[in-house]
Amino acid sequence: MTDTIVAHELVKTYGDVRALDSLSLSVPEGTVLGLLGPNGAGKTTALRVLTTLLRPDSGSAAVAGIDVLADPDRAREVIGVSGQNAAVDEYLTGFENLDMIGRLYHLGRSKSRDRAHALLEQFQLSEAADRPAKTWSGGMRRRLDLAGALVAEPPVLFLDEPTTGLDPRSRTDLWEVIGGLVQRGTTLLLTTQYLEEAERLADDIMVIDRGTAIAQGTADELKAKVGGERLEIIARDEDDVATIVSTVSNLGSDKPDVGGRRICLPVVTGPTALMEALRRLDDKGIELNDVGLRRPTLDDVFLSLTGHAAEESEPTPTEAVT
Amino acid sequence: MTLAMTASDGWTVARRNIFRMARNPEVVIWSTIQPIMFIVLFVYVFDSIPTPGISYEEYVMAGIFAQTVMFNSALTGVGLAEDIQKGIIDRFRALPMARSAVLIGRTTSDLVNGLAQLAVMVVVGLAVGWRTSSSPLEVLAGLGLILLIAYVFSWISAAVGLSVKSVEVANSAGFVWMFPVTFVSNVFVDINQLTPAVRNIAIWNPMSAFVAAIRELFGNTSEEIPQPDVWPLQNPVLASFLWLALILAIFVPLSVRQYKKASSR
Repeated sequence: MTDTIVAHELVKTYGDVRALDSLSLSVPEGTVLGLLGPNGAGKTTALRVLTTLLRPDSGSAAVAGIDVLADPDRAREVIGVSGQNAAVDEYLTGFENLDMIGRLYHLGRSKSRDRAHALLEQFQLSEAADRPAKTWSGGMRRRLDLAGALVAEPPVLFLDEPTTGLDPRSRTDLWEVIGGLVQRGTTLLLTTQYLEEAERLADDIMVIDRGTAIAQGTADELKAKVGGERLEIIARDEDDVATIVSTVSNLGSDKPDVGGRRICLPVVTGPTALMEALRRLDDKGIELNDVGLRRPTLDDVFLSLTGHAAEESEPTPTEAVT
Repeated sequence: MTLAMTASDGWTVARRNIFRMARNPEVVIWSTIQPIMFIVLFVYVFDSIPTPGISYEEYVMAGIFAQTVMFNSALTGVGLAEDIQKGIIDRFRALPMARSAVLIGRTTSDLVNGLAQLAVMVVVGLAVGWRTSSSPLEVLAGLGLILLIAYVFSWISAAVGLSVKSVEVANSAGFVWMFPVTFVSNVFVDINQLTPAVRNIAIWNPMSAFVAAIRELFGNTSEEIPQPDVWPLQNPVLASFLWLALILAIFVPLSVRQYKKASSR
């Protein structure tokens, strides 16, 4: 299998900030790579380099065998890009937005029109097609923006945080749409802050921090690394916290994380650990406010992989490095 | 990228901007109210400014034409800054389209606005007593020159709008340089009556050449207001074309360069 998206030792600095610090990645044809990281990790910067929007200080990048830096015009013909903020023109109707993009891909007038109609249909936007996008909901605009990336049926697709800021329902809808594309063999690089999103959509996940890859693998491999589920216990009385920690600690795959009355313990098999923990705590007569299992979040991944929480990873508050 | 492709991409972008104008007519409406305001203010408030041998209405209209299209050109930069902020420029930049098309489209569609302004100004000018006294062909040439000035100033504005970090800055930075360019010139007063220091700058101001050229083409000149003895004002029409060509030669490549670097963040 050939690699359709390749980045080799990309470096991009803004002043003292290394937005990309020798980042390399490759996405085999027809697969999905999820670039997972917090704000400021360098996800968007990497995507901007690969989509010809930004020149790196050094390194190389290629899509579908075309050198992005040497031949950006040809690269643009094979890629579709959907950005973080739905880049639709709000004064244009949904149809006009897509029709314009078709023309700018030089599909010709009638093919542009046909593609616009077909995509509006496919994304269930036909009813609103002739209303200015200004009147659309956030989820609809995001779908329109994604449709814009597909106008020329590009073999390579880049999605930058496709569901950030959407409500859960719109997010699930969009996941289904993206899942459908992937089934048709599109090679996709997507960035996300949500482990759940990467798990749902990506074959392979790369965790990046401070412009460099810190882990890569399937969702299961990553979870094995970060310890699968979390057992979360909230004590009723803060004085009990130390006892609870000593009672349940050996059920975990890693050290517990304690904050206030909250104890968070990475566990390998959730239900077993949960039952055992409850049995032991009950034996000791310790009362709890809440207890449950939850899936690891980006924060947990970060804590396990880097030892620091996701929010702290941003070296400076400059927006330039997102 | 062929020339035909550039033209077709430019037209696609211009078409988009014209759709926007049609859906958001306030911009065009207010930008035509502004020159009405200027004509009325100058003609009635500054009526006592001496313009020997010609009525002030007839003298000042050429200046107001040029000043209005120049001020209006700031919209080009504001529009582009807005497109950058909304991520639209990012989308365009990732498409296999001509690099200059977004700028050609924007400057062209802003000319539609300029045309509306010009029509309103002509009507209001005639209403307050402005008349031309040259041949119809010269009047047409004068109107054409005004539109050409509008177009060329749009490219300066484009470079500004693509270089600043926000729409708000595009708005103020786009205007600030225009005030000295308009006031240190023959736009509102007889250039000979300026203080010598100011006059020495004003006679070389391209704006003075533009306005002198418009006055000449409309026949709004007076023998009692001699042109200073410098080449651009002795040959204002030719000088205007040279100035406009020079501005384009600088600002078209500069704007395209800024466009290639433009980024929403």
